[in-house]
Amino acid sequence: MIEILQFDFMRVALVLAVLMGLTAPAIGTFIVQRRLALLGDGIGHVALTGVGFGLLTSTSPILGAVVVSALGAVAIEVLRARSRTGGDVALALLFYGGLSGGVILTSLSSGNGSGLQAYLFGSIASVSRGDLYVVMGLAIAVLAIVVVFGRELFLLCQDEEVARASGLPVRFLSLLIAVTAAVTVVIAMRAIGLLLVSALMVVPVAAAQQLTRGFKSTMLVAMAIGVLSAVAGLVGSFEYSVPPGPSIVMFAMTVFVAAVLGGILMRRRGRPDDQKAEVTG
Amino acid sequence: MSGAVFTMTGGRVRLDGKDVLKDIDLRVAPGDVLAVLGPNGSGKSTLIRALLGLVPMAAGRTEIYGSTPARFRDWKRVGYVPQRLTVGGGVPATVREVVASGRIARQSRFRPSSKADRAAVDRALAAVDLADRARDPAHRLSGGQQQRVLIARALAGEPDAFVMDEPTAGVDSASQAALAATLSRLTAEGRTVVLVAHELGPLEPLITRAVVLETGRVVHDGAPPQPEGACALPGHQHVHPHARDPETAAIASWDPT
Ligand SMILES: Nc1ncnc2c1ncn2[C@@H]1O[C@H](COP(=O)(O)OP(=O)(O)OP(=O)(O)O)[C@@H](O)[C@H]1O
Ligand SMILES: [Mg+2]
Repeated sequence: MIEILQFDFMRVALVLAVLMGLTAPAIGTFIVQRRLALLGDGIGHVALTGVGFGLLTSTSPILGAVVVSALGAVAIEVLRARSRTGGDVALALLFYGGLSGGVILTSLSSGNGSGLQAYLFGSIASVSRGDLYVVMGLAIAVLAIVVVFGRELFLLCQDEEVARASGLPVRFLSLLIAVTAAVTVVIAMRAIGLLLVSALMVVPVAAAQQLTRGFKSTMLVAMAIGVLSAVAGLVGSFEYSVPPGPSIVMFAMTVFVAAVLGGILMRRRGRPDDQKAEVTG
Repeated sequence: MSGAVFTMTGGRVRLDGKDVLKDIDLRVAPGDVLAVLGPNGSGKSTLIRALLGLVPMAAGRTEIYGSTPARFRDWKRVGYVPQRLTVGGGVPATVREVVASGRIARQSRFRPSSKADRAAVDRALAAVDLADRARDPAHRLSGGQQQRVLIARALAGEPDAFVMDEPTAGVDSASQAALAATLSRLTAEGRTVVLVAHELGPLEPLITRAVVLETGRVVHDGAPPQPEGACALPGHQHVHPHARDPETAAIASWDPT
């Protein structure tokens, strides 16, 4: 573990792991509460086109991904809000188009698809220090949005009608969730890859809610699981020379299974306040 | 027009190419306790959602405290209890978290919850007799208890006007009496209530006016229908809390200001 820190790229990657371990489950808690667990997947596919565009024009793939995935997220949100029935197919088209566009543009830029795997499943060594500063800025923005708008986003995801009848700017907040999710996808994309990025938004939340009773506690526990999975997965990826994305996701899945078992045990033993609740309720 | 809480003139709502509400003229004055009655599918929920601007109107006009819903800004003055079977969401939330979200129209974005916020949430929880369940996940409560959570969410916002869609559906008679006691206290202070109900039960003595809908039209607007011997009904006396009854003792401490 200590010798890993001798490598500069590993130190950069570990900082990145902490950032994405914090941000992805934080925004993921709202996404799961709103029952939009596949939103991150959609954005991930669309973001690939942005990456391809950045590579082809030799500009920053990160900036390309931020712009295109934010636009894609807005498109997904508009489709979702507009149509209850036809939106499904429209979303699917957006996913396929994003993935195909990304693969074509990346292949055109590099001549072969070798760089592509790094974007699809992540790569430890691919993150430069310059990238890291951009990602740090994005992560701070995401966490600030969660803190400042958290109460409003909670009510929006809990009960959209009551949110509207409380005067909340429902359309703006819905777009804010989508765009924040897009930024989170870009934060995590280098290390975990675009195909698995939404797993880090969803799996830690699913694991946390086995053990918690409230929204805030679910978010905090999910963030802890996210950091743990991202760091451990990254180290595992280095030790065993496997792509970091699948390694991180497998670790999060293991935590999920442990949490399910732990939750069952906890309920079987019965917490003191659970028993009291049964008497009065 | 001046002073009315809700004013709808010539209201028409079309959903899926079908007129769900036709030619609705309705004025709700401050202090009114209005019951919206009618069979399933007659448009009761649609009417109160249109009053709040939650469904678009195909014709006519509706105002909340003198402004159209799009222009209305003073949302802390209205509290809405939607017709729901359960408290929603894909992530657990505690009873307290759900109830506290009713304060949102009174809170500013950059300030954490204040002492006044927490006190109002405590009073709302006590009013629906769920203070001891505050830390439990809302989705693990029974249906009627979840309905009481939604009522408490509206109470926590301390609005001037309550809009409640079947607040008593699935709620046991002791809790209905508790709600009646809470509402009678609130209306005594001049607050306004618009509620949908199939069975008025203990709420019946509070109602000052009833609107009956049938297939999207108002067929009655005026005195509430009086079942014979209403004062002899068991629900009637429950409205006046007496301190020995633990259900209503919680209500006696409810003070919305
Ligand atoms: N979103 C919608 N799209 C299309 N039709 C709708 C929609 N919502 C309601 N309706 C129709 O409008 C009519 C009135 O519905 P509404 O929910 O207002 O009835 P209600 O009086 O509240 O009934 P209940 O007593 O069952 O609550 C129904 O015929 C229903 O089918
Ligand atoms: Mg209804």
